[in-house]
Formats: sequence, C-alpha cells, structure tokens
Amino acid sequence: MAQDNGHNLDRDRFGAMLQLMHRIRAFEEAAIAAQKDGLVLGAIHPSIGQEAVAAGICANLDRNDLLLSTHRGHGHTLAKGADPLAMMRELFGRAGGTCGGKGGSMHIADFGVGMLGANGVVGANIPIATGAAHGLKLQGSDRIVTCIFGDGAINRGPFLEGLNWARVFDLPVLFVCEDNGFSATTRTREMTGGGGAGARAESLGIPAVAVDGNDLVAVDAAARAAIADIRTGKGPVLMHCRTYRITGHTAVDPATYRPASEVAAQRENCPIARLESALRLAGMADGDLARAHGEAAREMTDIAAQARDTDWPAPEAAYTDVQDMGDPRERAF
Amino acid sequence: MATDTYLNAGRRAVIEEMQRDGSVWALGEDLGRGGVFGQYKGLQEMFGTSRIADTPISEACIMGAAVGAAMTGTRPIVEMRFSDFALCAVDELVNQAAKARFMFGGQMRVPMVVREPIGMWRSSAAQHSQSLEAWYAHIPGLVVVTPSTPADNLGLLKSAIRNDDPVVYLEHKNLWVLEGDLPDGEHLVPLGEAAIARAGDAVTIVTWSAMRHVCLIAAETLSAQGVEVEVIDLRTLWPWDRDTVFGSVQRTGRLLVVQESVSVAGFGAEIAASVAEALHHDLKAPVRRLGAPRIPIAYAPALEDRARVSQESIIDAVRGLIAPRTAA
Ligand SMILES: Cc1ncc(C[n+]2csc(CCOP(=O)(O)OP(=O)(O)O)c2C)c(N)n1
Repeated sequence: MAQDNGHNLDRDRFGAMLQLMHRIRAFEEAAIAAQKDGLVLGAIHPSIGQEAVAAGICANLDRNDLLLSTHRGHGHTLAKGADPLAMMRELFGRAGGTCGGKGGSMHIADFGVGMLGANGVVGANIPIATGAAHGLKLQGSDRIVTCIFGDGAINRGPFLEGLNWARVFDLPVLFVCEDNGFSATTRTREMTGGGGAGARAESLGIPAVAVDGNDLVAVDAAARAAIADIRTGKGPVLMHCRTYRITGHTAVDPATYRPASEVAAQRENCPIARLESALRLAGMADGDLARAHGEAAREMTDIAAQARDTDWPAPEAAYTDVQDMGDPRERAF
Repeated sequence: MATDTYLNAGRRAVIEEMQRDGSVWALGEDLGRGGVFGQYKGLQEMFGTSRIADTPISEACIMGAAVGAAMTGTRPIVEMRFSDFALCAVDELVNQAAKARFMFGGQMRVPMVVREPIGMWRSSAAQHSQSLEAWYAHIPGLVVVTPSTPADNLGLLKSAIRNDDPVVYLEHKNLWVLEGDLPDGEHLVPLGEAAIARAGDAVTIVTWSAMRHVCLIAAETLSAQGVEVEVIDLRTLWPWDRDTVFGSVQRTGRLLVVQESVSVAGFGAEIAASVAEALHHDLKAPVRRLGAPRIPIAYAPALEDRARVSQESIIDAVRGLIAPRTAA
C-alpha cells in the first residue's frame, strides 16, 4: 500500500473530507438497504470504495463550477453539494426529488449546485461537458467544468471527439477517468488497447496525471494542481484515478466474475480507512473519527425514513416539461 | 414440447443457428458473462471467445464492424443491450448496413441481426425504456421483427439469422421471463407473417410485441361481455402482413391498432392509414389507434403509467368502435 504521508495534514480540511466520504458511503448503504425494501425503484450503481475520487475532486471546485457525472454518480452529486434528501427522494421516485421523480438514480441532476446530470448513456457526458466549457468560455466566465467518466467510456468515440475538441478550443475542462477496473461485468483492460486514458489524452496534447484514486490526499493534491492550471487558461487536463468497485455493477449484481479474494484485498485498501489512519497519524482522536462515521450513518438513515414518508409526484407531472410547443397528451384519440 | 422462457428461446435460437452454420457469430458487451440479461449464458464456453465475442463499450464500432464482417462472408449477431444504446450506432445501421446492398448495385449483402431489447421495464426511465420500432420500419433496407412469445422468439430469431439482409430484432425486456411451449426440433417462423392470436368477428385489433398480451387479456374481458375481438400479432413490422390484416378487417369492418410506443408518427399510423386507404368501403367505423402520449418515459411509477396503454383503454376503444353511431 502506498504510504499515506499524514502528519502534516490539515485536520479541519481533511476531517471535513472524511465526513463527506462517510456521508457518500452511508447514502449508498441506505439506498441499497432501501432497494431491498422495494423503496428504490430502478437500478442503482453504487460507488462504494470509490468515494475518494468524488470527495477529492469536488473539494477543489467552487459551487459555481460545473460537474457532469455518470450512472455511478451519487458520490459526485453529493460532493458537489446536492441535498441528500432530494437525492434519496429521486431514488424513491417521490415528489421533491432532484428531478421530481422523473429521472431516478441514473438521471440525477441538480443545476442549483452546478451538477449538470448523471447519464444513462456511457460516455455521453464527455461532449456535453466539453460544450458546457465552450459555452462558459464564450461568455468570458472564469468557471470550469469537470467531467467524470468510467474507464469503460474511453473506448467510445465521444471520448476522442470530446477531448480533441477541448484541446482545439483550449477549454476549461477537467476530465476525470474514474477507473474502477470494470466495464459492467468485463475487465476493462482486456478491452482496451495501448496505455489507456492518460496516454490517449497525451496523444491529443492534453496533460494527464495518474493518481491512486483510493488515496484522498493524493487525489486532492492532483485535483488542486490541475484545477489551478485550468483556471489560468491552459486548457484541459485529464486525471486518471485508479480505484476499485467493491459492489457489483448494480446493487443486485453478485459479481461472480471476479474472485472473492480480489474483493477482500481491495476492501483492505478502503479509501475511508486510509484517510482515517492518515488523520490518526495527524493527531485526530479516535472518538472524533468514530463520530464522523456515526453522524453520517444517522443522517442517511433519517433521510431514507423521510424520503419514504414523502408523497408520490402527481401523475399529471408526466406531461410537464416535455417541450413548449405541441400537446404532449397527443395520442391519436 | 418443452416449456421455457422467452429469454431461453432466444438463447436456443442462437445455439441452434451457430451449430448449423459456422459463419454465425455474436458480438457485444459482456457476452462472455452471459450478456446483460443472460441471453448468452454459457455460450462463450460452448463456442469460444471468437464466436461469442466480448467487445469494448463501442456501439458505433460494434455495429460498423458487423457491417464489414457481414460484407466479408460472416453472419454477425449484434447485441446492443438496450435499444436506447443502438442510437450510438445509428450511422452504422441506417447509412451503412441498410443501404450498402442498394448503393453498391447489389454486389453483396449485409446479413446481420441487430438485437435491441425494447420497452418499458418498471422504473428504467427515459434512456432505458424506449420502443423505436417505427424509426427502423421507416428505413429502406431493414427488416424489423418484434417477437412476443417464447415460440416466436425461437422461430423468428432463427429466421432472422438466416435472412440475407440486415434485421433489426426487437425483443421486449418485460417478456424475458414469460414462459411458453417451445416445439421440439427445428422451429422456423417465417418473417413477414402475422399470427392470429385470437379469432373474433367484432373488431380487429392489430398489435405487436408485449402489447399482444395486454390485448389478449382485454379480449377475455370483452368476451365475457359477449364481444369477440380478433387479435393479430404482426410479429414482423417490415414487411408487415397486409393479407392477414386486410382479410380480418374485411370480416370485422372495424380496426383498432394498439402499440406501446408513442402514437404520434408510430407504426400504428401506417397500419391505420393503409387500412383506411384500401378498405374504406368495408369499414363500419373510423379506424382507431392507441399508443403512448408524446412524452419521455418517467421513473416514478405513477408518471410512467401515463405512458402505458392499459387494458381498460383497449376495452373502452373497442366499445367505442362497436357503439351504434349517432348522427353528429
Ligand atoms: C453507450 C452505452 N453502452 C452501454 C451501456 C450499458 N452500461 C452501463 S454502465 C456500463 C459499464 C460502464 O463502465 P465504466 O464506464 O467503466 O463505468 P463504471 O460502471 O465502471 O462506473 C455499461 C456497459 C450504456 N449505459 N451506454
């Protein structure tokens, strides 16, 4: 295991990030439990084991900056500042969900905190993020865009097209390849030629940096440096964060395509536990560490209970926000 | 006769055709682990990694590579996982696969089957629920198939694999677990032939895919009330079986088309217009269509249900068709 060089950690800053990682995990554990109870209605893709990527990247973004995410986006969304109750309501298909219950887990978005959407289509967020940055640049804005995608997404054409475009127009985008090793049930490396995300970015003239995605301190430092460069107008940067997906592809995938020993070894590499030991080394008391965990678990259990007690959306909402012109009820008689 | 699921019927079709013809192979994401719904379970063990090929998440290249491989003498089965993702490969299917034979003056064929699971599957939301069969029916060069029973999934998929032109093969996700009898031995269902799922004389209902089953339930209720409707399952949308549909409407004088997909510009409009044009004088009532309103499919059940054609709406529509016409 890479050494977590913890003694000079800023305990307040990293304590807050630990709290955030606990909240992400607790949110997803609550969602998985709720799915077993039939409360989460559609598929969910947990990011348990990957929390350091969401926390380490988003901690370096301003509220005004924009973020585009994937089907595995609960952590990113929460880290960008979305309200977990609205998110849980969305997973439960309830009124007051981030999208009014229309989207569910795979389409969570909260434009109020700059979260421009999860996406049901792998890689589709890359050109959109590029375009969002293009739009910001046209308006002379100093905001930046972050686009997080999985390792599987780099084998779709939009990855090439989006990165090339961002370079050609020198756009303020941080591309983050959150590499958990899997494309659904397939090991991505068996389906990927060459040196992967970083090498491909570099071939397009985009600087790339690889980090241990389970090391929050490393993700944070790399994100901070990359984002500083982007803010000075140097154009896009790609971060490649290596991590591991502890759950199956979806919450109900038993993931029999990988050995239990592999998962067990990866559990030992838990990003939360690693940050805890770094903070312990930096002098944080065990009681404070335990409190962070307990508070997050309580918060998310409460939130799930509140979401369960929320009303369903009015069925009439099915016809709203389709488009301005034309009658959405049109159904030939 | 053995009872099996719609899903396993499709799997059996692939196995039988791959055993029969060494040029048949399949490509798509996760196939080595059985594919996203298990339609390919165990097939890589049976046929090896070259003939049941895992691919990167590269829909455009999966489709495009199949076009090239079909041009060079193989018969690829393309797995698109959800029909929604096939939209990442529209150029390869619509501009390339569908037109190559014609554009190149008939020098070759593009024998490929594109499997694209369609349809609403509780709370799958707007990007995993669509039924876009009408788009494909609109494209010259494509055959479009929508199986609705286990036996048809076996027999139609086998015929699709043997067909020498590109076939868009739209299985319905909600039917995977549906059980039914599968004939022993070779079972081929010809493309382009509808099935009369239920005979009747009051109204002709034309439908396809999962709506067949909803129409049959509605038909039972109507039958208990003394109204016998005929339910025709088109099975193949292009070419569709005009003879069966026209013959039925000539007998009943009334047509209701029922589809899960958006009604506006849907394939039901083609049936309704064709019948209205050809059988104007046989009709005792104006033709009717039922389909989804023109809304994306929502996640929350109460909203999702607004996009669903219900048994009750079918019954109401049939009642409306047979009600004595009052002067306006
Ligand atoms: C264009 C497209 N193809 C296929 C899928 C089905 N699918 C959903 S997630 C997934 C795996 C994606 O892997 P990766 O990008 O590495 O992200 P991860 O799931 O590992 O977070 C696949 C194939 C999809 N949603 N979109």
